[in-house]
Amino acid sequence: MSLTRADIENIARLARLQLTEAEIPVYVDSLSRIFAFVGELDRAPTTGISPMAHPLPGLAQRLRADAVSETDHRDLYQQNAPKVEAGLYVVPKVIE
Amino acid sequence: MSAPAATVAALAKGLAAGDFSSVELTRSYLDRIQAAQPGLNAFITVTAEAALAEAAAADAARAAGKAGALTGVPLAHKDIFCTEGVLTTCGSKMLANFVSPYDATVVSGLRRSGTVMLGKLNMDEFAMGSSNETSYFGPVCNPWNVAMVPGGSSGGSAAAVAARLVPAATATDTGGSIRQPAALCGVTGIKPTYGRVSRYGMIAFASSLDQAGLITVSAEDAALLLGPMSGFDPKDSTSVESPVPDYTRTLGDSLEGMTIGIVKEFFDKGLDADCESRIRDAMRVYEKLGATFREVSCPNLPLSVPTYYVVAPAECSSNLARFDGVRFGYRCESPKNLTDLYMRSRGEGFGAEVKRRIMTGTYVLSAGYYDAYYLKAQRVRQLISADFARAFSEVDLLLGPTSPTPAFAIGAKSDDPITMYLNDIYTIGANLAGLPGMSLPCGFVGGLPVGLQLIGPHFSEARMLNAAHRYQLETDWHLQLPAAFA
Amino acid sequence: MEWETVIGLEIHAQLATRSKIFSGSATAYGAEPNTQANLVDLGYPGVLPVLNAEAVRMAVRFGLSIGARIAPRSVFARKNYFYPDLPKGYQISQYELPIVAEGSIDIVLDDGTRKRVGITRAHLEEDAGKSLHEGLPGHSGIDLNRAGTPLIEIVSEPDLRSAKEAVAYMKKIHTLVRYLEICDGNMQEGSFRCDANVSVRPKGQEKFGTRAEIKNLNSFRFVEKAINYEIERQIELIESGGKVVQETRLYDPDKGETRSMRSKEEANDYRYFPDPDLLPVVLENELIDKVRASLPELPDEKAARFVRDYGLPEYDAGVLTASREFGAYYEEVVARVGSEPKLCANWVMGDLAAFLNKDGLEIGETKVDAAALAGLVTRIVDNTISGKIAKDVFEAMWASGESADAIIERQGLRQITDTGAIEKAIDEVMAKNPGQLADYRSGKDKLFGFFVGQVMKAMGGKANPAQLNDLLKKKLAG
Repeated sequence: MSLTRADIENIARLARLQLTEAEIPVYVDSLSRIFAFVGELDRAPTTGISPMAHPLPGLAQRLRADAVSETDHRDLYQQNAPKVEAGLYVVPKVIE
Repeated sequence: MSAPAATVAALAKGLAAGDFSSVELTRSYLDRIQAAQPGLNAFITVTAEAALAEAAAADAARAAGKAGALTGVPLAHKDIFCTEGVLTTCGSKMLANFVSPYDATVVSGLRRSGTVMLGKLNMDEFAMGSSNETSYFGPVCNPWNVAMVPGGSSGGSAAAVAARLVPAATATDTGGSIRQPAALCGVTGIKPTYGRVSRYGMIAFASSLDQAGLITVSAEDAALLLGPMSGFDPKDSTSVESPVPDYTRTLGDSLEGMTIGIVKEFFDKGLDADCESRIRDAMRVYEKLGATFREVSCPNLPLSVPTYYVVAPAECSSNLARFDGVRFGYRCESPKNLTDLYMRSRGEGFGAEVKRRIMTGTYVLSAGYYDAYYLKAQRVRQLISADFARAFSEVDLLLGPTSPTPAFAIGAKSDDPITMYLNDIYTIGANLAGLPGMSLPCGFVGGLPVGLQLIGPHFSEARMLNAAHRYQLETDWHLQLPAAFA
Repeated sequence: MEWETVIGLEIHAQLATRSKIFSGSATAYGAEPNTQANLVDLGYPGVLPVLNAEAVRMAVRFGLSIGARIAPRSVFARKNYFYPDLPKGYQISQYELPIVAEGSIDIVLDDGTRKRVGITRAHLEEDAGKSLHEGLPGHSGIDLNRAGTPLIEIVSEPDLRSAKEAVAYMKKIHTLVRYLEICDGNMQEGSFRCDANVSVRPKGQEKFGTRAEIKNLNSFRFVEKAINYEIERQIELIESGGKVVQETRLYDPDKGETRSMRSKEEANDYRYFPDPDLLPVVLENELIDKVRASLPELPDEKAARFVRDYGLPEYDAGVLTASREFGAYYEEVVARVGSEPKLCANWVMGDLAAFLNKDGLEIGETKVDAAALAGLVTRIVDNTISGKIAKDVFEAMWASGESADAIIERQGLRQITDTGAIEKAIDEVMAKNPGQLADYRSGKDKLFGFFVGQVMKAMGGKANPAQLNDLLKKKLAG
């Protein structure tokens, strides 16, 4: 299966990845090859087979007791933040 | 004390006997790391000062009679594990300045057992790669031949253990990232059963496939270290509530009566003939040990690579969405608006392979393609898993090659993703099915190590380590050292 | 052309757990920004979610209360989109297998008829954080305290046909979640809010029209206004030859209109897939039965009992059961008075509700408790005071916190039931107003009220009204 430049641009936008002019043809080529390769799956007989979302069968989600176990570590956590003001993470204006 | 030849078992014994202190041991490894770093680039961060402090604390604990079996033993972590107060980069520009405020459960478990952390090991960016060439911090070289790749993604872990810069290292395996570099570097690697080791604090690549494990010199060392890093973790919903056995206790058990399966599909046309003959040699050793062989077939196994390249990118595209330049990590210069902030921070912060996988995953999950790709792949995954289950109803373990060829040259496969992806053709199946797997050194081809793979049923780590250990008692491939690091 | 409106609501109710749905952070409202956001809430690298048992229990409570099917196995999925208030780049929600499916609830329409509203599903998910726009020119500030607060999203069928019905339905759900004590219902704080899917179609047409989704409506008034605006907008658009586009719109309460939210439009491909960090939620019958056994009496059951046991009109029963506390208050008053449940209802729904409303108080904050109000009603029932005087006594009780008896005594408000005294007052009033008396006797019946007023005035309002009426009628008749 072959992808077009427009396909790559759409996927990159959906994934929020800025691609350079030089990168686009490279991904058009390599993703096309990947999807051609992945197309092999078509020949697997999967009628009636349920999808496997988890590698260990039969396990169920464990539930946590409803208790507050956390204290405030804002200053520590925000040391990794690129831009902070008055305890808020700052981003270019969100337009709704 | 000769650090290079020493195993964790020997070092622990020496520490206990007072032959050397943890500080002395740590210093000697730090010296080796410093000397080797320019040539191998195995480390991203060396925490020399903290390591010496931890070693001193270990010595003090020992003096106070509070030492455990591993107190004072040095090791290093793959840089995918969060380490409190220490740079944790995941091999990416995106996290080149990220200092984790917390320890991964694996890290705290090994810390609690008294081990000393020497630093953080190089890796493919976000564990996406089979050659360690995708690291933002540069490729790692194979200690057996520095023109060759060490394998990946845990290339730093494998190279560091092979060159005896550390006696043991943590690593992670999503599609072979422990076993393949272990094979290419001539060391022992174990990927436990999915859910055996907590994923908390291990930066996620593909959540349903990722599993932490070890790269060590010997199976015995793996048995010693696996206990403290395993077990149920209330912080990881996918970790399993089942008791952790003492893996060292059954290491010496007899293999008499063990049935080992030879998966027909593993001996395909892609397998290098010389590598195959090393595997056949290993089978003879097992026969001598009392095991019998039976050929089994996993007909869907050849589809494991395409299956993986749908499932893993899908999960990765979502897992890596949190890297957006807002709360941590790389942020582009002067974003014009919100979209620009996202697009450029991610476009500039991620490397080429990571972007390729994010895009692949975004595509397979997107409207109109989900059923054809993602659901289809998850159905094939079910088939592959069932193939293994059927095999394990007949045999105790499976045996085969870890990798189709020995290490290849740096740059040789970096242009073609498919060729690169096919390196993991023998390892990916275990990840899709959540099975434990190991790679053991089993000889050389052209001066480069070859790896033997064992795969077991869920939670059969003890039996697998036992089989590996018995093999290593009969062979000394795992004790061979690259000349440059002897 | 005649148009029909079709509305479906997606109500988001924050669950009243102490900690978040996937982390141990507190959910308390109003903390300093980002002080209740831990590593999991911030989506830090390497962290993982663990599900809060109480959130699951609350969802089951809700499901059982609307007669829904509780899924023995439900699955969390990731809804992927980029937004600064969404730290992980995906929201953990439920998609194909929600925990609650196929329930319904009844609402009462203006004409008194009941209407059943279908509830397609209710699923668990995590709330997002907040973007703040003040004080940072050209920028927004992100507060993630709310991120990870458990939500139950309740999705109705497109069964609602007017803004009024939508509000009635939303109020009914609001009452229900508070009865169940699974949500505090505080709409100002955003604990209870909804998105409305609105479309119009020519009356008689079966096919739905194209819908617009109005986001984030956080008051009943806004729901009504936004829907009505949207209905008008769509009808005008179609009638002038235009076409409704499927889009997300935002209600601007200042302008009273909805407008398109283009920013959220472009990326509507959420790429849902099962969250590999979480396992399927498996609910054993035993747990469901336990939750069922712990359910309180629900509003409709309680209202039916009020009609049956207290002989109240349906309307009164509906009002009195609007909250659990209100119903409990009423029942305590009736129990203490021991009779006259309708009179008790009038007092609770009338004066008490009016005073609470005037002071902006909740029933839990009332200045006249159930025992005190029962004390007052008892004095009406035993003829100590009239209903009219009682209103003044109630006002005094509200202001001072004193008991009815204390106020009646101090102010000498005890009703006069002495026939002689009343007759004496009647005689005096008749003597003072010969003209009116003559008119009355010549057929001007309406003047009866005038005489009642005059006598009451003369007696300081304390005459027993029934006695006064009887005696006055006889005397005026001559």
